[in-house]
Amino acid sequence: MKNRTTVERKSERELVVTRTINGPVRLVFEAWTKPELFRQWWVPKSLGMSLLSCEMDVRVGGRYRLEFAHGDSQLAFFGTYREVTPHSRLVWTNEESDEGPVTTVTFAEKGGKTLLVMHELYPSKEALDAAGTGAADAMAETFEQLDELLVTLAASSGRRET
Amino acid sequence: MVQYAQARLDHAFAALSDATRRGVLERLGRSDASITDLAEKFHMTLTGMKKHVGVLEQAGLVTTEKTGRVRTCTLGPRRLEQETAWLERYRQLWDARFDELDKVVNELKRKEKTDGRNDKE
Repeated sequence: MKNRTTVERKSERELVVTRTINGPVRLVFEAWTKPELFRQWWVPKSLGMSLLSCEMDVRVGGRYRLEFAHGDSQLAFFGTYREVTPHSRLVWTNEESDEGPVTTVTFAEKGGKTLLVMHELYPSKEALDAAGTGAADAMAETFEQLDELLVTLAASSGRRET
Repeated sequence: MVQYAQARLDHAFAALSDATRRGVLERLGRSDASITDLAEKFHMTLTGMKKHVGVLEQAGLVTTEKTGRVRTCTLGPRRLEQETAWLERYRQLWDARFDELDKVVNELKRKEKTDGRNDKE
């Protein structure tokens, strides 16, 4: 059975993602904190990226670093674990930019399943807006390129068809 | 999040690498069409056309909406407020991620069961 994933902008600076996972909290927590398990799910195929390396020192003050390949470019995501409470709560920073959020994940077990709540707190409204706008801008760019392509296609199909 | 959006660009261009899909976009550029219309126009089975439309939809190039039995395809992303649109893309990322997490947890459960029969860790 597939569970629903929800995303909500809770306030000007906060995003909340929720999802129920079909398994007990100790296994779900393990999948978030053991690099060999974490790397199996963090980068879904649909993302079009591959994970080059994944280092996680899951303890308070410990650091993590994820390196991705995306086409010819490489990206790194890194930060520090601020809270590590087994089977219940993880808090980490996202330090790849000054505008990165603090991420809190809470784990709650109910009837053999785990409710995950991921909360991202951005340093400012502008930082959260920028994160969203950046994504929207990249899409706008796709559409501009698509528009150009459609003009070309329409021109060439006009020649073929009547 | 910007990086994830760039990954979506790759999706869009992968979707455009197929001649039929480019034809579908060009057709939708003139007017909306149902999957049945498109299948007829491109001499394909409904299943085949559904797959192509699915790829275009995943790349955010086409939106579909079902009314009764007819699924209508429109060029472009869902006409929602921009913020809602990017929240939806963000939701899709997490949804895909959590689907993979479900698989990993299932595998752990399965292992625990088989290991449990032999020894207890």
